[in-house]
Amino acid sequence: MTNPNNATITTVHTAEFTAGDALKIPTLRILRDDGSLYEGAVAPELDKATALKMYDTMVFIRVLDERMLAAQRQGRISFYMQCLGEEATTVGSAAALAEQDMIMAQYREQGALRYRGFTLEQFMNQLFSNEKDLGKGRQMPVHYGSKDIYYMTISSPLGTQIPQASGYAYAQKLRGLANTTICYFGEGAASEGDFHAGLNMAAVHKAPVIFFCRNNGYAISTPASEQFVGDGIACRAVGYGMKALRVDGADILAVYQATKMARDHALKHNEPVLIESIAYRLGAHSSSDDPSGYRSKEEEEKWRQNDPIARFRLWLVEKGWLNEADDKATIEALRTEILDALKVAEKVAKPGIEHLISDVYAEPIPALQQQLDELKAHIRKYPDAYPVTAGRLD
Amino acid sequence: MAKMNMLQAINNALDLAMAKDDGVVCFGEDVGHFGGVFRATSKLQEKYGKARCFNTPLTEQGIAGFANGMAAQGMKPVAEIQFADYIFPAFDQIVNETAKFRYRSGNEFNVGGIVFRSPYGGGIAGGHYHSQSPEAYFAHTPGLKVVIPRDPYQAKGLLLASIACPDPVIFFEPKKLYRASIGEVPEEYYEIELGKAEVTQQGKDITILAWGAQMDIVQKAVEMAEKDGISCEVIDLRSILPWDADTVAASVKKTGRLLINHEAPLTGGFAGEIAATIQKMCFLHLESPIERVCGMDTPYPLALEKEYVADHLKTYEAIKRSVNF
Ligand SMILES: Cc1ncc(C[n+]2csc(CCOP(=O)(O)OP(=O)(O)O)c2C)c(N)n1
Ligand SMILES: [Mg+2]
Repeated sequence: MTNPNNATITTVHTAEFTAGDALKIPTLRILRDDGSLYEGAVAPELDKATALKMYDTMVFIRVLDERMLAAQRQGRISFYMQCLGEEATTVGSAAALAEQDMIMAQYREQGALRYRGFTLEQFMNQLFSNEKDLGKGRQMPVHYGSKDIYYMTISSPLGTQIPQASGYAYAQKLRGLANTTICYFGEGAASEGDFHAGLNMAAVHKAPVIFFCRNNGYAISTPASEQFVGDGIACRAVGYGMKALRVDGADILAVYQATKMARDHALKHNEPVLIESIAYRLGAHSSSDDPSGYRSKEEEEKWRQNDPIARFRLWLVEKGWLNEADDKATIEALRTEILDALKVAEKVAKPGIEHLISDVYAEPIPALQQQLDELKAHIRKYPDAYPVTAGRLD
Repeated sequence: MAKMNMLQAINNALDLAMAKDDGVVCFGEDVGHFGGVFRATSKLQEKYGKARCFNTPLTEQGIAGFANGMAAQGMKPVAEIQFADYIFPAFDQIVNETAKFRYRSGNEFNVGGIVFRSPYGGGIAGGHYHSQSPEAYFAHTPGLKVVIPRDPYQAKGLLLASIACPDPVIFFEPKKLYRASIGEVPEEYYEIELGKAEVTQQGKDITILAWGAQMDIVQKAVEMAEKDGISCEVIDLRSILPWDADTVAASVKKTGRLLINHEAPLTGGFAGEIAATIQKMCFLHLESPIERVCGMDTPYPLALEKEYVADHLKTYEAIKRSVNF
């Protein structure tokens, strides 16, 4: 017998449920907490330079997060989101990609962005919404994007990038490019309709996209246990007829290995693959959130022991590629460098008034030009009320 | 009476509605144990249990569809959309389903029990995805009611009326005022009639019409104009759909002038609808063109928010323009 899709299906002659939890997807772990490998595990091929770049990127974003969260507390920036506990997830996956593979992220993927080469100045300019920000100071802090490094600008509405990634990857395929698109999203965003639409479109139209779910246990205050029932996100991919992998997201070697495999498969077979990475959002959801209202310190402590950076460091030290001493010096130097860059960026002017109406369309429509002219006349009348632009209207 | 901020007034209204009618159920993203990201549903789960106040998975179309189903069964879902900017995944369920449930079935079925609550509006450094005022999209949809309160007293009475109302209501809450707006609120149950505007200040030279968070803004402009000897009549529209044309027209017939202020962009904003109706109802009484002071026709900015908004100075200038026409 075949189903309407012409796939052969087996038949039974007494009614029997297939259990909702029949499909259990195993989790790949390579690196133990002590930096040694699990029995039977093989470390992916990684040269020293790549391994150290991965490590440096993780350390960089950890220090950046710490520093910028403090800057938010001091009222220097309006908002921030850290990725504490998830550094291996985004850095390990980005490291497994080619430089021209597209990245479509959610907002907590600064690791991937930094790995691609987003500079400290670029981070700062976005966070301070100044005139050097590539996004022209239009989006809240952490909504980064850069065409040069194939990192699609972040959009706040959740899940919207998922079907877009399917379309982007399909276009890469039509253009004959040897590139894939990776699409990051949280386990919370995976509840949006766009998740289901995007996966199905990619599967049906054979788009070489890697769906990368960061399952970090929470969507703001909502625990994963109130987000979905069952084994997790990975098994959903199987429902759409696509391959799935699940990894320990604090194990950078496992994340790297899984993403490499997914990329190879996606490009070789023009098929989407889904990876679910299990880690923990150790920090607050954002600078506006206080997790003490919905989870215990004990729970946080338990996960704190599972530090992805410490684990990778032990492996690097064991290999003789890193010694603990340089590490401390690096972190100190980074703190200074970040603070210096922050002080520069916060003094850079805000975008000029013309950017109120630029980019709404390719060229401002007449009504917008008129509104801008009226606004300028108004500001000339009340310069004190509009200090950001009053002094530079022409 | 008790002093409450707008969040407390909303929380108090929900509490009273849940106590009064066990068909009232509150849900949405983070609404359960945590009490919502703004805490509007704080303690309701504790008081009424997980079955009547709960977290949903992160899906607005799911939330709206679920609400439609519950309401079709006869319950009164009060569903929260975490930010009005995120109501769009639910647009189909609201515009094609909620709004047309009664009509398409010949009144065999209806979802009149629904209230969608959602924080809207700017002034919080939220950029274009945490600042929008989408009331006009919904005002373009027959079958929905759209309500926006300006202060804690109004929020409580209008929300209770929205829950009691036999039609589905979209209740947009000015999040900028959640904690900033504080006032005396009766502790007992009361309703404020939907579809009625309120004249908040009498005057004779010009009618100033606004709603929600813009009420405070226009008030500042009115005070400036009064120093120039201009007497302003101020109206809070309160219900965007259906809207109270009679109250507005009666005022404009008296003053001869109208200024409408809203946060949303000018083009296609609800001020256009009001202006068209009022010029017809009051044509021979108008002394000057109806003024609109609104957001610009761009997405809501971040760094240049101050420049963009329909602030008190732009309103004051428009009042003078209208009076000196
Ligand atoms: C469509 C939409 N609905 C709601 C929100 C508000 N919101 C922002 S982040 C978030 C939680 C996301 O959780 P998850 O996808 O698990 O990502 P994580 O924050 O854990 O990285 C919510 C509800 C939004 N940005 N977009
Ligand atoms: Mg999450």
